[in-house]
Amino acid sequence: MNTGATTTADHVPGTATHDDHGNYLTCDKGFRSWILTLDHKRIGVMYLGMILFSFLVGGIMALLVRTELLTPTQTIMSADDYNRMFTLHGAVMIFLFIIPGIPAALGNFVLPLMLGAKDVALPRLNLASFHIYAVGAVMAVLSILLGGVDTGWTFYTPYSTTTNGAVIMVTMSVFVLGFSSIFTGINFIVTVHKMRPAGMGWFKMPLMLWALYSTAIIQVLATPVLAITVLLLVAERALGIGIFDPALGGDPVLFQHFFWFYSHPAVYIMILPAMGIISELVAVYCRKPIFGYKAIAYSSIAIAIFSFLVWGHHMFVSGQSDLATVIFSALTFSVSIPSAVKVFNWLSTMYRGSIKMDAPMLYTMSFIVLFGIGGLTGLFLATLSTDVHLHDTYFIVAHFHYTMMGGTMIAFLAGLYHWWPKMFGRMYSMKWANIGATLVFIGFNLTFFIQFIMGSKGMPRRYFNYPPEFEIYHQISSIGSYVLAVGLFVAGGVLVHSLLAGRRAPRNPCGGATLEWQADSPPIHHNFDEPLVLTDPYDYSGQEWDETVQGYVIAGASKETSST
Amino acid sequence: MSSATNSSPDPGQGNEGKHHLAHYFDTRAQQYDSHKLAMWLFLATEILMFGGLFCAYAIYRATHPEVFLYAHTLLDKNLGAINTIVLLFSSFTMAWGVRAAMLGQRKLLMGLLAVTILCGFGFMGIKSIEYTHKWKHGLLWGERFDYAALQDHGGGHGETVVDEHAHAADDQIDAHADDDHGHADVDDEAAAVMAELDRDAEITVAHGHAPEDVPRNLHIFFGIYFVMTGLHGIHVLAGMGMLTWLLVRATRGDFGTHNYTAVDLGGLYWHLVDLIWIFLFPLLYLIH
Repeated sequence: MNTGATTTADHVPGTATHDDHGNYLTCDKGFRSWILTLDHKRIGVMYLGMILFSFLVGGIMALLVRTELLTPTQTIMSADDYNRMFTLHGAVMIFLFIIPGIPAALGNFVLPLMLGAKDVALPRLNLASFHIYAVGAVMAVLSILLGGVDTGWTFYTPYSTTTNGAVIMVTMSVFVLGFSSIFTGINFIVTVHKMRPAGMGWFKMPLMLWALYSTAIIQVLATPVLAITVLLLVAERALGIGIFDPALGGDPVLFQHFFWFYSHPAVYIMILPAMGIISELVAVYCRKPIFGYKAIAYSSIAIAIFSFLVWGHHMFVSGQSDLATVIFSALTFSVSIPSAVKVFNWLSTMYRGSIKMDAPMLYTMSFIVLFGIGGLTGLFLATLSTDVHLHDTYFIVAHFHYTMMGGTMIAFLAGLYHWWPKMFGRMYSMKWANIGATLVFIGFNLTFFIQFIMGSKGMPRRYFNYPPEFEIYHQISSIGSYVLAVGLFVAGGVLVHSLLAGRRAPRNPCGGATLEWQADSPPIHHNFDEPLVLTDPYDYSGQEWDETVQGYVIAGASKETSST
Repeated sequence: MSSATNSSPDPGQGNEGKHHLAHYFDTRAQQYDSHKLAMWLFLATEILMFGGLFCAYAIYRATHPEVFLYAHTLLDKNLGAINTIVLLFSSFTMAWGVRAAMLGQRKLLMGLLAVTILCGFGFMGIKSIEYTHKWKHGLLWGERFDYAALQDHGGGHGETVVDEHAHAADDQIDAHADDDHGHADVDDEAAAVMAELDRDAEITVAHGHAPEDVPRNLHIFFGIYFVMTGLHGIHVLAGMGMLTWLLVRATRGDFGTHNYTAVDLGGLYWHLVDLIWIFLFPLLYLIH
């Protein structure tokens, strides 16, 4: 065991033979070497592929829904198809894209690297998580072939127990995906607890790790409740168990309580890792230590705790007792405190920073704006009297798209662009990346801001037909969604182009001070082959730009030879 | 602990240590602690999953206390008690097995694992006897519950249900029943809704009326009973599979004084399964 901050390389005789040649992408070849790999980086990359594919599928469904809504009556699909389309859009985006998006894809890749570790604590569980995710994704696709589901992604009873369609298949897919999520969560908690290097105490960890740790706690504590909820729903549908069926003395609102006991914490599973990414990036791209480190770290834990106490705000109009409603409303307001703590700390970090307008920073700033709007409109919905009016309108559709898409998806893109050179060893065109980021920001606001207005004027969500006075709002929103789609294709195209024609990335193109930037780009199979230097993760004073390698190097150190 | 280093296996552990230490850990203690923490986290998820069911139990017991008081008399306390003893004994053999593994007593470990598996079979056997009784007498969940079978049943002693399809003379819900097959024993509010929706004919809940002294909505208890004991039974089966795998590995000689993590973790899981039953037994069988 080494003590002290400087640690030695990982050349264990007999274990590091094949990987001395080439990086983790090239050290081993063939389909089996990927599908059976225990390497967290490869698992992260495979997750990334699946998640981006799910995002594409869910996105196409979103575009079809928006296209259908161009006219007040039928445009391109029947009402039943429309119901199935928005249900699957929601289910795919939530269970296949947003929940695993940041932890399983980006988190898997960077978490051990940020700890200076060789791998997560439980690599086989990690691989199992990926395989289970793949099975769940296949089941979700099968449910489309079996006739689709038209319940909305929330599967409310009693409709979900009486409607036709593949409800059992899609809920079992959710059950299976839950296992995948739990396994990732267990892995991250254990890894953060047991694999930190000597000298990295809890308050010397990068904030991304705090965020992933908080996320993992929610994943482990909330997901089992979803598991039992969907199992009861399946039992209700298949066997007529009666627990949610009023005709048998059951209580359908109990389903809503069970469902939201998971699914409200789940929205923090989605947003917390996003906040972790933003906390990293805002410091790196402002070249300034993060402001209020401890406040951000604690607020992650606070959000994780609060997340379990607010589920009732989804049932303000479902026949919950008045007392419960008032309490849930008050608790919901209190979540805004730790969220605002983070936003103010990010802004304070930017203040007088030396802001580098690279694509990750553009996405970071987009996140702060969009999450600000999404978070503040949440307060309208936490207010009981306004919620009665706004409940189940486009206002809430706009609200959760601002937090989930404007928040998590934008942060996912920020992180993807930030770590892309580390993951694949290629630089992308910053100019086109910035164009993509700008288009995404414009398209997103065009799509969803109008929905706040539409919703407050009374347009209900999930409606197929609507009164003609809403047509102009819907059309602006649909046009916005096309702009957004173009922006996302540009953003994706930039990354694909970089793989084909990008120049090789140096070790540290962005000047990050966390440990992953001390690994090669892309890292070798066992991550690090040189002694790690543990420094403050937000201290950028020791770095200087090196023209020859087009990246940052330790100031005063001998010129880094090209890492590739 | 410096995982960034991974420079060498913990000195002093000898060759055996190197053997069982994964390359991404520094020491075997770190590896053991990691695996144990992961297992405890997994057990926490199990408890939370059952927690949902305990929550449902609490809610329905609070809203329908008379159902639970009456319905539990239809369970066989003796069989439940025997099963409790069987599981407790299996936990004892399991704990002893972990000790045997730690001390490297391979033969003893194999024997104890085998006894534990046999206890699992015993538990599931008795459970299947109970389930068969319930099935025969229509004491099932939700829409499968057979109220006619309860006729002449005085309550107070389990498994004495007379299986006949006589109709009780006056049932509270008769007002709604206008078909010859009898009517579901649903609560008034729901029945009114159903009548409104003109779905009377669809109700296939029961094939007869409950006797007067029998509370309505008995099927709620049995819905919860079957979900809870069923999910528990699935966990027992999973545990038996896990124990069999441990037995195979023990026979192969995989475990030794420095490598017993799998037995230890398997034991934790088995104790959890036992513990859940310790809660289920009084909650379902011993209601006052």
